[in-house]
Amino acid sequence: MEVFGIPTQALFGQLLIGLINGSFYALLSLGLAVIFGLLNIINFTHGAQYMMGAFCAYFLFTKLGIGYWWALVIAPLAVGIIGMVIERLMLARLYKLDHLYGLLLTFGLALIIQGLFRNEYGTSGIPYAMPQELSGGRNLGFMFLPNYRAWVIVASIVMCLATWFVIEKTRLGSYLRAATENPPLVQAFGINVPRMITLTYGFGVALAAFAGVMAAPIYQVNPLMGADLIIVVFAVVVIGGMGSIMGSIVTGFALGLIEGLTKVFYPEASNTVIFIIMAIVLMIKPAGLFGTQR
Amino acid sequence: MFFKRSYFAAASLAFAASGAQAQISDGVVKIGVLSDMSSLYSDIGGGGSVVAARMAIADFPTKGMKVELLSADHLNKPDVGSSIARQWYDVDKVDVIVDVPTSSIALAISQITREKGKAFLVSGAATSDLTGKACSPNTIHWTYDTWMLANGTGNAIVKTGGDSWYFITADYAFGLALERDTEAVVLKNGGKVLGKVRHPLNAQDFSSFLLQAQASKAKIIGLANAGGDTTNSIKQAAEFGIVKGGQSLAGMLVFLSDVHGLGLDKAQGLIFTETFYWDLNDQTRAFAKRFAAANSGKYPTMVQAGVYSAITHYLKAVTALKGDDGTKVIAKMKELPTDDPLFGKGTVRIDGRALHPAYLVEVKKPSESKGPYDYYKIRATIPADQAFRPLNEGGCPLVK
Repeated sequence: MEVFGIPTQALFGQLLIGLINGSFYALLSLGLAVIFGLLNIINFTHGAQYMMGAFCAYFLFTKLGIGYWWALVIAPLAVGIIGMVIERLMLARLYKLDHLYGLLLTFGLALIIQGLFRNEYGTSGIPYAMPQELSGGRNLGFMFLPNYRAWVIVASIVMCLATWFVIEKTRLGSYLRAATENPPLVQAFGINVPRMITLTYGFGVALAAFAGVMAAPIYQVNPLMGADLIIVVFAVVVIGGMGSIMGSIVTGFALGLIEGLTKVFYPEASNTVIFIIMAIVLMIKPAGLFGTQR
Repeated sequence: MFFKRSYFAAASLAFAASGAQAQISDGVVKIGVLSDMSSLYSDIGGGGSVVAARMAIADFPTKGMKVELLSADHLNKPDVGSSIARQWYDVDKVDVIVDVPTSSIALAISQITREKGKAFLVSGAATSDLTGKACSPNTIHWTYDTWMLANGTGNAIVKTGGDSWYFITADYAFGLALERDTEAVVLKNGGKVLGKVRHPLNAQDFSSFLLQAQASKAKIIGLANAGGDTTNSIKQAAEFGIVKGGQSLAGMLVFLSDVHGLGLDKAQGLIFTETFYWDLNDQTRAFAKRFAAANSGKYPTMVQAGVYSAITHYLKAVTALKGDDGTKVIAKMKELPTDDPLFGKGTVRIDGRALHPAYLVEVKKPSESKGPYDYYKIRATIPADQAFRPLNEGGCPLVK
């Protein structure tokens, strides 16, 4: 059976690949959405923090002999703490100003961090071994699915849904959302709003680092890995609607799929298709697919 | 755009003002290294090319001639590269531009150099069009080109049974030229090409393209890309069990830095063609040690070695000519035989092609490697007269 000259078997394979890439888009755009939705900061450092997550896993392994599974926990914590320091020392001073200042600050930070890593480690990338348990793969009939990639999809979906649940359905999440709507009022109830905001930023950054550790065994650990991805992820967030948690998850996966299909039917356009969609969405629904006008 | 500027051991000004240097414009030979300093090709050329240029200038007996070195980052964007080149030629009085990875940018700068009557020594870029239909009396293509890669690697693979190919190609001037030249070699040797897919420059994920290549059932998957694109393709091919499934990868352009980044366990057994390897003889080893000391421990790629070699020959021609007029120096460079510690003896042809031997190399198994950067086994040496495209086949208008 064929669809537009492509065997359906091959098409399934490509859709699955799209889903895998979508997992990374979703994880990264989720972190951005959390940070923007709750802090109103456009976090351009996100790509650099994703890269730092991958490097952290690499350092843990080479310097301390700590493997992938622990890195999956430690790297997000470590990078998250660095994020919180950045928030306390720098970002906290910008909340009263226009979004643009936060964007410029985080963009500058991203350039500095990437530059430092690039100077030290070059751009050829460093190998990071796949965990033994997840090497190999299985034949699904229509494609060979590496175990690791299957794990990426599962872990990403679980992480995304858990985040959504915490923010939208729990008491903690309702505090958070209330704190962004009306900080003085929430503070009056005895909740330490600045600390909550710091922790939220740390959490968003930790999500980026988590994605970085997930990416390390697939791609090279490379100082530029985040710079290459961040623009696409921003497009995903814009399409989903700035600050919408569910929007960023759904669009992340959906755009992965669309990009996957583009790679089959017209590969040359595969790195522009997301921006074409972004342009169309912005024309029709400027607040994004799931966003609400502020 | 970031410019760096450094001055080199030049003797007193009194020397520079002497009659011998009367034809050197502004009394100083200005060399501009234009490369990718920050993105996917920066380990291939980049800062290492600047180190190599500095070494070439320091090693050359300048005898009072003043030589100045500039460098800049073209960001892999043809518009940025072109505007730096114009500024260098018009404002900064640069006499020669060196390196320039990324074929699309090299083609643009070759054109600008010709308009301005300056000199252009290509080491980083690959397209064989630089000495073919786009050849110029002001450009010399030094280190390697797509025809040579295709001929060296393609021939070796087809002759050992790899007769059906599928290409994964970087979608710009370089990838297309490499695919074209390799396809010609495959077809000429009785092989066939089952299909091809083109990916954008600096793609991260190759799984989709690899699946298409896998589905084609071709024996050989030819990677007509470079740098991070190649290493990610190779790494992800292993993940998808492509090599275990019986298909082989042919990295058409692989550099020492790529093998270093991949690690020997992923790269072992790859066969490709290079024109320089640090462990060829005592001279190359000595050079590599000095180079690594100045380049945070990284050994030279063939592109960086080519920068050294090209500048050495350029300075030789400038000295012989006692002048730095671009067109005249390039003509002189073609007249003089080349001879340096890295590429040995050779010549520069009328179409601008520098001729030297090429080496078909195979990446060692981790157990065979004795230390850092001990990565290659030399499988064959292709003599200079066979390594590059015959003069009459390139379609260069300078060849009559």
